[in-house]
Amino acid sequence: MAGVRVLVGTRKGAFILSSDERRKQWSIAGPHFAGWEIYHMKGSPVDPDRIYASQSSPWFGQHLQRSSDGGITWDPVGNEFAYDGAAMTHQWYDGTPRPWEFKRVWHLEPSGLDPDEVYAGVEDAALFKSKDGGLTWKELSGLRNSKTGSSWQPGAGGMCLHTIVLDPKSNGQIFVAISAAGVFRSDDEGETWKPANKGLVSNYIPDPTAEVGHCVHKIAMHKSRPEVLFMQKHWDVMRSDDSGENWHEISGDLPTDFGFAIDVHAHEPETIYVIPIKSDSEHFVDGSLKVFRSKTGGFEWEPLGKGLPQSNCYVNVLRDAMAVDSLDSCGIYFGTSGGQVYASSDSGDSWEAIVRDLPPVLSIEVQTLK
Amino acid sequence: MIRVRLPDHLCSLSGAEREVELSVNGKPTQQLVLDALELRFPALKGALRDPQTTRRRPFVRFFACGEDLSHQPMDLPLPLAVANGDEPFLVIAAIAGG
Repeated sequence: MAGVRVLVGTRKGAFILSSDERRKQWSIAGPHFAGWEIYHMKGSPVDPDRIYASQSSPWFGQHLQRSSDGGITWDPVGNEFAYDGAAMTHQWYDGTPRPWEFKRVWHLEPSGLDPDEVYAGVEDAALFKSKDGGLTWKELSGLRNSKTGSSWQPGAGGMCLHTIVLDPKSNGQIFVAISAAGVFRSDDEGETWKPANKGLVSNYIPDPTAEVGHCVHKIAMHKSRPEVLFMQKHWDVMRSDDSGENWHEISGDLPTDFGFAIDVHAHEPETIYVIPIKSDSEHFVDGSLKVFRSKTGGFEWEPLGKGLPQSNCYVNVLRDAMAVDSLDSCGIYFGTSGGQVYASSDSGDSWEAIVRDLPPVLSIEVQTLK
Repeated sequence: MIRVRLPDHLCSLSGAEREVELSVNGKPTQQLVLDALELRFPALKGALRDPQTTRRRPFVRFFACGEDLSHQPMDLPLPLAVANGDEPFLVIAAIAGG
Protein backbone atom coordinates (compact mmCIF):
# COMPACT_ATOMS: atom_id res chain seq x y z
CA MET A 1 0.00 0.00 0.00
CA ALA A 2 1.31 3.45 -0.82
CA GLY A 3 2.16 5.63 2.09
CA VAL A 4 4.94 7.07 4.17
CA ARG A 5 7.15 5.85 6.95
CA VAL A 6 8.75 8.48 9.17
CA LEU A 7 11.91 7.32 10.96
CA VAL A 8 12.44 9.28 14.15
CA GLY A 9 15.70 9.14 16.11
CA THR A 10 15.50 10.53 19.64
CA ARG A 11 17.63 10.91 22.76
CA LYS A 12 16.00 7.83 24.24
CA GLY A 13 15.08 5.50 21.41
CA ALA A 14 13.72 5.18 17.89
CA PHE A 15 10.15 5.54 16.71
CA ILE A 16 8.54 4.69 13.38
CA LEU A 17 5.45 6.63 12.33
CA SER A 18 3.43 5.18 9.47
CA SER A 19 0.49 6.38 7.41
CA ASP A 20 -1.20 5.83 4.08
CA GLU A 21 -0.83 8.44 1.37
CA ARG A 22 -3.51 10.65 2.90
CA ARG A 23 -1.23 11.25 5.92
CA LYS A 24 -4.14 11.81 8.31
CA GLN A 25 -4.06 8.71 10.50
CA TRP A 26 -0.74 7.64 11.93
CA SER A 27 0.42 4.57 13.74
CA ILE A 28 3.37 4.94 16.07
CA ALA A 29 5.73 2.06 16.75
CA GLY A 30 8.43 2.21 19.39
CA PRO A 31 10.46 2.89 21.27
CA HIS A 32 12.98 0.66 19.59
CA PHE A 33 16.30 0.57 21.49
CA ALA A 34 14.67 2.24 24.50
CA GLY A 35 17.07 4.30 26.53
CA TRP A 36 19.68 4.59 23.76
CA GLU A 37 20.49 7.68 21.72
CA ILE A 38 19.49 7.19 18.11
CA TYR A 39 21.39 9.82 16.18
CA HIS A 40 20.09 8.74 12.80
CA MET A 41 18.06 6.14 10.91
CA LYS A 42 17.76 5.90 7.16
CA GLY A 43 16.29 3.45 4.68
CA SER A 44 17.80 2.21 1.45
CA PRO A 45 16.41 3.89 -1.69
CA VAL A 46 16.73 0.52 -3.42
CA ASP A 47 15.01 -1.60 -0.78
CA PRO A 48 12.86 0.46 1.62
CA ASP A 49 12.60 -2.44 4.06
CA ARG A 50 16.35 -2.20 4.61
CA ILE A 51 16.88 0.42 7.32
CA TYR A 52 20.05 1.30 9.19
CA ALA A 53 20.12 2.87 12.66
CA SER A 54 22.92 4.47 14.65
CA GLN A 55 22.54 3.50 18.31
CA SER A 56 24.88 4.94 20.92
CA SER A 57 25.30 5.62 24.58
CA PRO A 58 27.90 7.45 26.66
CA TRP A 59 28.09 4.27 28.75
CA PHE A 60 28.20 1.55 26.11
CA GLY A 61 29.57 3.22 22.99
CA GLN A 62 28.50 3.00 19.37
CA HIS A 63 26.38 0.22 17.91
CA LEU A 64 24.76 -0.19 14.52
CA GLN A 65 21.44 -1.85 13.87
CA ARG A 66 19.97 -3.11 10.61
CA SER A 67 16.42 -4.04 9.75
CA SER A 68 15.33 -6.03 6.71
CA ASP A 69 11.60 -5.79 7.36
CA GLY A 70 10.91 -2.09 7.50
CA GLY A 71 11.90 -1.60 11.11
CA ILE A 72 9.82 -4.32 12.74
CA THR A 73 12.83 -6.39 13.78
CA TRP A 74 16.48 -5.39 14.05
CA ASP A 75 19.86 -7.09 14.09
CA PRO A 76 23.08 -5.61 15.45
CA VAL A 77 25.78 -5.31 12.80
CA GLY A 78 29.39 -4.13 12.87
CA ASN A 79 30.52 -1.32 15.15
CA GLU A 80 34.26 -1.23 14.54
CA PHE A 81 35.19 2.10 13.03
CA ALA A 82 38.97 1.95 12.86
CA TYR A 83 40.66 4.98 11.38
CA ASP A 84 42.84 4.05 8.45
CA GLY A 85 46.62 4.34 8.57
CA ALA A 86 48.99 6.27 10.76
CA ALA A 87 47.75 8.31 13.69
CA MET A 88 46.91 11.87 12.69
CA THR A 89 46.06 14.94 14.67
CA HIS A 90 43.53 17.72 14.27
CA GLN A 91 43.36 20.94 16.24
CA TRP A 92 41.77 20.96 19.67
CA TYR A 93 39.79 23.90 21.05
CA ASP A 94 42.96 25.45 22.43
CA GLY A 95 44.85 25.06 19.15
CA THR A 96 46.96 22.11 20.29
CA PRO A 97 47.18 18.99 18.12
CA ARG A 98 44.92 16.14 19.19
CA PRO A 99 44.76 12.59 17.83
CA TRP A 100 41.59 11.53 16.07
CA GLU A 101 39.33 9.57 18.43
CA PHE A 102 36.15 7.80 17.36
CA LYS A 103 33.07 8.86 19.33
CA ARG A 104 29.87 8.11 17.40
CA VAL A 105 28.07 7.81 14.07
CA TRP A 106 26.10 10.95 13.30
CA HIS A 107 24.67 10.09 9.91
CA LEU A 108 24.03 7.02 7.78
CA GLU A 109 23.57 7.33 4.04
CA PRO A 110 22.55 4.17 2.17
CA SER A 111 23.61 4.19 -1.47
CA GLY A 112 21.14 4.38 -4.31
CA LEU A 113 22.62 1.31 -5.98
CA ASP A 114 22.83 -1.51 -3.48
CA PRO A 115 21.02 -2.00 -0.15
CA ASP A 116 24.17 -3.48 1.34
CA GLU A 117 26.20 -0.37 0.53
CA VAL A 118 26.02 2.39 3.13
CA TYR A 119 28.15 5.35 4.22
CA ALA A 120 28.64 6.54 7.80
CA GLY A 121 29.66 10.02 8.89
CA VAL A 122 31.34 9.92 12.27
CA GLU A 123 32.83 12.02 15.07
CA ASP A 124 35.81 12.70 15.11
CA ALA A 125 35.16 13.62 11.51
CA ALA A 126 35.68 10.85 9.00
CA LEU A 127 33.72 9.01 6.34
CA PHE A 128 33.33 5.23 6.44
CA LYS A 129 31.75 2.86 3.94
CA SER A 130 30.33 -0.62 4.26
CA LYS A 131 29.71 -2.90 1.30
CA ASP A 132 28.26 -5.76 3.32
CA GLY A 133 25.19 -4.28 4.94
CA GLY A 134 27.04 -2.72 7.85
CA LEU A 135 28.93 -5.81 9.01
CA THR A 136 32.33 -4.24 8.33
CA TRP A 137 33.41 -0.64 7.80
CA LYS A 138 36.35 0.88 5.97
CA GLU A 139 37.42 4.49 6.18
CA LEU A 140 37.60 6.57 3.00
CA SER A 141 40.73 8.15 4.41
CA GLY A 142 41.46 10.44 1.50
CA LEU A 143 39.15 12.91 3.21
CA ARG A 144 41.08 13.13 6.49
CA ASN A 145 44.39 12.89 4.70
CA SER A 146 43.61 15.80 2.41
CA LYS A 147 45.88 18.78 2.96
CA THR A 148 43.60 20.59 5.42
CA GLY A 149 42.77 17.69 7.76
CA SER A 150 45.30 18.62 10.43
CA SER A 151 43.80 22.11 10.74
CA TRP A 152 40.19 21.03 11.37
CA GLN A 153 38.73 22.00 14.72
CA PRO A 154 35.59 20.81 16.53
CA GLY A 155 32.52 22.98 16.80
CA ALA A 156 30.50 23.18 20.00
CA GLY A 157 28.82 19.87 19.19
CA GLY A 158 32.06 18.07 18.46
CA MET A 159 34.03 17.54 15.26
CA CYS A 160 31.40 15.58 13.41
CA LEU A 161 30.83 14.59 9.83
CA HIS A 162 27.07 15.09 9.85
CA THR A 163 25.98 15.34 6.22
CA ILE A 164 26.57 13.00 3.29
CA VAL A 165 25.05 13.84 -0.10
CA LEU A 166 25.49 11.24 -2.81
CA ASP A 167 25.16 12.18 -6.44
CA PRO A 168 21.85 10.70 -7.62
CA LYS A 169 23.30 10.27 -11.12
CA SER A 170 25.92 7.95 -9.65
CA ASN A 171 28.90 9.48 -11.38
CA GLY A 172 31.06 9.19 -8.28
CA GLN A 173 30.48 12.61 -6.79
CA ILE A 174 30.03 12.84 -3.02
CA PHE A 175 29.61 15.89 -0.79
CA VAL A 176 30.14 15.82 2.94
CA ALA A 177 29.87 18.54 5.57
CA ILE A 178 31.89 18.72 8.77
CA SER A 179 31.49 20.93 11.80
CA ALA A 180 33.50 23.07 11.99
CA ALA A 181 35.54 22.49 8.86
CA GLY A 182 33.06 22.97 6.03
CA VAL A 183 32.02 21.23 2.82
CA PHE A 184 34.24 18.78 0.96
CA ARG A 185 33.70 17.25 -2.47
CA SER A 186 34.97 14.05 -4.04
CA ASP A 187 34.61 13.30 -7.74
CA ASP A 188 35.98 9.76 -7.52
CA GLU A 189 33.68 7.90 -5.11
CA GLY A 190 35.46 9.19 -2.03
CA GLU A 191 39.08 8.46 -2.90
CA THR A 192 40.24 12.07 -3.06
CA TRP A 193 38.68 15.23 -1.70
CA LYS A 194 38.93 18.98 -1.88
CA PRO A 195 37.34 21.75 0.19
CA ALA A 196 34.27 23.36 -1.39
CA ASN A 197 33.82 26.48 0.71
CA LYS A 198 34.58 29.38 -1.64
CA GLY A 199 32.10 32.17 -1.01
CA LEU A 200 31.39 31.28 2.60
CA VAL A 201 32.02 34.14 5.00
CA SER A 202 32.30 33.29 8.71
CA ASN A 203 33.08 36.26 10.90
CA TYR A 204 33.73 34.05 13.93
CA ILE A 205 37.03 32.71 12.52
CA PRO A 206 40.29 34.67 12.12
CA ASP A 207 40.11 34.64 8.31
CA PRO A 208 36.38 34.86 7.49
CA THR A 209 36.93 33.49 3.97
CA ALA A 210 39.39 30.73 4.87
CA GLU A 211 39.49 27.56 2.81
CA VAL A 212 38.24 25.54 5.82
CA GLY A 213 36.94 26.31 9.31
CA HIS A 214 33.33 27.12 8.46
CA CYS A 215 30.58 25.75 10.65
CA VAL A 216 28.31 24.29 8.00
CA HIS A 217 25.18 22.87 9.61
CA LYS A 218 23.53 21.07 6.70
CA ILE A 219 23.51 20.88 2.90
CA ALA A 220 20.69 19.68 0.66
CA MET A 221 20.27 18.81 -3.01
CA HIS A 222 17.35 18.08 -5.32
CA LYS A 223 18.00 14.83 -7.12
CA SER A 224 17.11 16.29 -10.52
CA ARG A 225 19.81 18.98 -10.25
CA PRO A 226 22.89 17.62 -8.50
CA GLU A 227 24.90 20.71 -9.41
CA VAL A 228 22.70 22.92 -7.20
CA LEU A 229 23.29 22.79 -3.45
CA PHE A 230 21.64 24.63 -0.60
CA MET A 231 23.28 25.20 2.77
CA GLN A 232 22.26 26.25 6.24
CA LYS A 233 25.46 27.55 7.78
CA HIS A 234 25.91 28.52 11.45
CA TRP A 235 24.86 31.93 10.25
CA ASP A 236 23.74 32.45 6.61
CA VAL A 237 21.67 30.42 4.18
CA MET A 238 23.75 29.76 1.07
CA ARG A 239 23.46 28.36 -2.43
CA SER A 240 25.84 26.94 -5.01
CA ASP A 241 24.96 26.48 -8.68
CA ASP A 242 28.23 24.83 -9.66
CA SER A 243 28.60 21.77 -7.44
CA GLY A 244 30.10 23.66 -4.54
CA GLU A 245 32.75 25.54 -6.51
CA ASN A 246 31.22 28.85 -5.43
CA TRP A 247 28.62 29.77 -2.84
CA HIS A 248 26.49 32.88 -2.50
CA GLU A 249 24.15 34.01 0.24
CA ILE A 250 20.39 33.67 -0.20
CA SER A 251 19.25 34.59 3.32
CA GLY A 252 17.32 37.52 1.85
CA ASP A 253 14.40 38.58 4.01
CA LEU A 254 14.60 35.81 6.62
CA PRO A 255 14.06 37.18 10.15
CA THR A 256 17.33 35.52 11.16
CA ASP A 257 19.69 33.40 9.11
CA PHE A 258 20.84 31.14 11.94
CA GLY A 259 19.48 27.60 11.89
CA PHE A 260 20.30 23.95 11.52
CA ALA A 261 17.98 22.19 9.06
CA ILE A 262 17.43 22.82 5.36
CA ASP A 263 15.65 20.75 2.72
CA VAL A 264 14.29 20.90 -0.82
CA HIS A 265 10.73 20.23 -2.06
CA ALA A 266 10.47 16.82 -3.71
CA HIS A 267 9.02 18.13 -7.00
CA GLU A 268 10.07 21.80 -7.13
CA PRO A 269 13.85 22.14 -7.08
CA GLU A 270 13.67 25.89 -6.44
CA THR A 271 11.43 25.49 -3.38
CA ILE A 272 13.44 25.21 -0.17
CA TYR A 273 12.70 25.14 3.53
CA VAL A 274 14.56 26.36 6.61
CA ILE A 275 13.62 26.76 10.25
CA PRO A 276 15.41 29.88 11.46
CA ILE A 277 16.25 30.41 15.10
CA LYS A 278 17.42 33.55 16.80
CA SER A 279 21.08 32.78 17.45
CA ASP A 280 23.60 30.21 18.50
CA SER A 281 22.53 30.62 22.12
CA GLU A 282 18.80 31.37 21.71
CA HIS A 283 17.54 28.35 19.79
CA PHE A 284 14.04 29.70 19.07
CA VAL A 285 12.37 32.66 17.43
CA ASP A 286 10.32 34.88 19.74
CA GLY A 287 8.25 32.05 21.14
CA SER A 288 6.64 31.06 17.83
CA LEU A 289 7.51 28.13 15.61
CA LYS A 290 7.67 28.84 11.89
CA VAL A 291 9.08 27.11 8.87
CA PHE A 292 10.23 29.48 6.14
CA ARG A 293 9.77 28.56 2.49
CA SER A 294 11.31 30.12 -0.57
CA LYS A 295 9.80 29.26 -3.94
CA THR A 296 12.46 31.25 -5.73
CA GLY A 297 15.55 29.36 -4.68
CA GLY A 298 16.27 31.84 -1.91
CA PHE A 299 16.19 35.58 -1.15
CA GLU A 300 12.39 35.77 -0.81
CA TRP A 301 10.96 33.77 2.06
CA GLU A 302 7.47 33.28 3.45
CA PRO A 303 6.67 32.21 7.02
CA LEU A 304 4.60 29.04 7.40
CA GLY A 305 3.01 28.77 10.82
CA LYS A 306 -0.53 27.51 10.25
CA GLY A 307 -1.06 24.70 12.71
CA LEU A 308 2.23 25.31 14.52
CA PRO A 309 2.35 26.85 18.02
CA GLN A 310 2.62 30.62 17.75
CA SER A 311 3.08 31.53 21.40
CA ASN A 312 5.14 30.23 24.30
CA CYS A 313 7.04 27.87 22.04
CA TYR A 314 10.80 27.63 22.57
CA VAL A 315 11.86 24.47 20.82
CA ASN A 316 14.68 23.85 18.38
CA VAL A 317 15.00 21.69 15.26
CA LEU A 318 18.34 19.97 14.76
CA ARG A 319 20.20 19.59 11.46
CA ASP A 320 19.00 16.10 10.59
CA ALA A 321 15.47 16.60 11.89
CA MET A 322 13.69 17.77 8.71
CA ALA A 323 12.79 15.66 5.69
CA VAL A 324 10.34 15.50 2.78
CA ASP A 325 8.28 12.75 1.17
CA SER A 326 7.77 12.41 -2.57
CA LEU A 327 4.02 11.85 -2.77
CA ASP A 328 2.19 13.94 -5.37
CA SER A 329 1.46 16.62 -2.81
CA CYS A 330 4.87 16.88 -1.17
CA GLY A 331 4.95 16.25 2.57
CA ILE A 332 7.33 18.10 4.87
CA TYR A 333 8.26 16.76 8.31
CA PHE A 334 10.31 17.98 11.22
CA GLY A 335 10.97 16.99 14.81
CA THR A 336 11.75 19.23 17.75
CA SER A 337 13.79 19.31 20.92
CA GLY A 338 10.44 19.17 22.73
CA GLY A 339 9.57 15.78 21.25
CA GLN A 340 6.98 16.92 18.72
CA VAL A 341 6.93 15.64 15.16
CA TYR A 342 5.07 17.97 12.81
CA ALA A 343 3.91 17.10 9.31
CA SER A 344 2.52 19.05 6.40
CA SER A 345 0.85 17.22 3.53
CA ASP A 346 0.50 20.39 1.43
CA SER A 347 4.08 21.52 0.93
CA GLY A 348 4.13 23.47 4.18
CA ASP A 349 0.93 25.51 3.87
CA SER A 350 -0.50 23.89 7.00
CA TRP A 351 0.84 21.65 9.73
CA GLU A 352 -0.34 19.06 12.20
CA ALA A 353 1.48 17.26 14.99
CA ILE A 354 1.78 13.53 14.36
CA VAL A 355 2.96 13.04 17.93
CA ARG A 356 3.76 15.54 20.67
CA ASP A 357 5.55 13.90 23.55
CA LEU A 358 8.50 11.88 22.33
CA PRO A 359 11.98 12.34 23.82
CA PRO A 360 13.99 15.17 22.18
CA VAL A 361 14.14 14.47 18.45
CA LEU A 362 17.61 14.12 16.94
CA SER A 363 16.72 13.10 13.40
CA ILE A 364 13.87 12.57 10.95
CA GLU A 365 13.95 10.65 7.72
CA VAL A 366 10.97 9.85 5.50
CA GLN A 367 10.41 6.89 3.24
CA THR A 368 7.80 7.17 0.50
CA LEU A 369 6.35 3.72 -0.01
CA LYS A 370 4.90 2.89 -3.41
CA MET B 1 30.27 -21.80 35.79
CA ILE B 2 30.75 -18.06 36.14
CA ARG B 3 27.59 -16.07 36.78
CA VAL B 4 27.61 -12.67 35.05
CA ARG B 5 24.91 -10.12 35.81
CA LEU B 6 24.23 -7.47 33.16
CA PRO B 7 22.55 -4.06 33.23
CA ASP B 8 19.24 -3.68 31.42
CA HIS B 9 20.65 -1.75 28.42
CA LEU B 10 23.00 -4.59 27.59
CA CYS B 11 20.26 -7.18 27.86
CA SER B 12 18.19 -5.28 25.30
CA LEU B 13 21.24 -4.83 23.08
CA SER B 14 22.28 -8.48 23.11
CA GLY B 15 19.16 -10.45 23.93
CA ALA B 16 20.86 -11.85 27.02
CA GLU B 17 19.06 -12.54 30.30
CA ARG B 18 19.92 -10.38 33.30
CA GLU B 19 22.14 -13.15 34.56
CA VAL B 20 24.06 -15.48 32.26
CA GLU B 21 26.28 -18.41 33.02
CA LEU B 22 29.59 -18.80 31.24
CA SER B 23 32.28 -21.42 31.27
CA VAL B 24 35.86 -20.25 31.06
CA ASN B 25 38.90 -22.34 30.23
CA GLY B 26 41.48 -22.12 32.99
CA LYS B 27 41.52 -19.88 36.02
CA PRO B 28 38.89 -17.18 35.43
CA THR B 29 40.04 -13.60 35.08
CA GLN B 30 38.16 -10.46 34.06
CA GLN B 31 39.75 -10.74 30.63
CA LEU B 32 38.63 -14.35 30.11
CA VAL B 33 35.12 -13.68 31.41
CA LEU B 34 34.67 -10.69 29.11
CA ASP B 35 36.08 -12.64 26.16
CA ALA B 36 33.64 -15.48 26.85
CA LEU B 37 30.77 -13.03 27.27
CA GLU B 38 31.46 -11.36 23.91
CA LEU B 39 31.89 -14.71 22.22
CA ARG B 40 28.46 -15.84 23.37
CA PHE B 41 26.80 -12.44 22.79
CA PRO B 42 28.62 -10.77 19.86
CA ALA B 43 26.42 -7.67 20.11
CA LEU B 44 28.27 -6.83 23.32
CA LYS B 45 31.53 -6.31 21.42
CA GLY B 46 32.46 -2.69 21.95
CA ALA B 47 29.89 -2.16 24.69
CA LEU B 48 32.08 -2.95 27.67
CA ARG B 49 35.50 -2.35 26.15
CA ASP B 50 36.54 0.11 23.48
CA PRO B 51 37.00 -1.99 20.32
CA GLN B 52 40.21 -0.17 19.39
CA THR B 53 42.01 0.04 22.72
CA THR B 54 40.17 -2.89 24.44
CA ARG B 55 40.17 -0.73 27.57
CA ARG B 56 37.13 -0.71 29.85
CA ARG B 57 34.69 2.04 28.98
CA PRO B 58 34.84 4.83 31.57
CA PHE B 59 31.22 4.45 32.74
CA VAL B 60 31.35 0.65 32.97
CA ARG B 61 32.39 -0.97 36.23
CA PHE B 62 33.00 -4.55 37.33
CA PHE B 63 32.04 -5.49 40.89
CA ALA B 64 32.19 -8.80 42.76
CA CYS B 65 32.02 -9.88 46.39
CA GLY B 66 31.45 -6.30 47.51
CA GLU B 67 34.59 -5.07 45.78
CA ASP B 68 35.21 -2.83 42.77
CA LEU B 69 37.47 -4.87 40.49
CA SER B 70 37.50 -2.26 37.72
CA HIS B 71 41.02 -1.04 38.34
CA GLN B 72 42.57 -4.44 38.94
CA PRO B 73 44.74 -6.03 36.24
CA MET B 74 42.53 -7.79 33.71
CA ASP B 75 44.57 -10.98 34.00
CA LEU B 76 44.30 -11.22 37.77
CA PRO B 77 42.35 -14.33 38.90
CA LEU B 78 38.83 -13.52 40.04
CA PRO B 79 37.81 -14.23 43.67
CA LEU B 80 37.19 -17.90 44.38
CA ALA B 81 33.51 -17.23 45.16
CA VAL B 82 33.08 -15.87 41.60
CA ALA B 83 35.15 -18.66 40.07
CA ASN B 84 33.00 -21.37 41.64
CA GLY B 85 29.71 -19.60 40.94
CA ASP B 86 28.74 -18.69 44.50
CA GLU B 87 28.87 -14.96 43.75
CA PRO B 88 28.03 -13.18 40.47
CA PHE B 89 30.41 -11.00 38.47
CA LEU B 90 28.50 -7.73 38.19
CA VAL B 91 28.68 -5.47 35.14
CA ILE B 92 27.56 -2.06 36.36
CA ALA B 93 26.49 1.00 34.38
CA ALA B 94 28.00 3.73 36.53
CA ILE B 95 25.66 6.37 37.87
CA ALA B 96 26.62 9.47 35.92
CA GLY B 97 24.79 12.67 35.25
CA GLY B 98 22.76 14.85 37.56
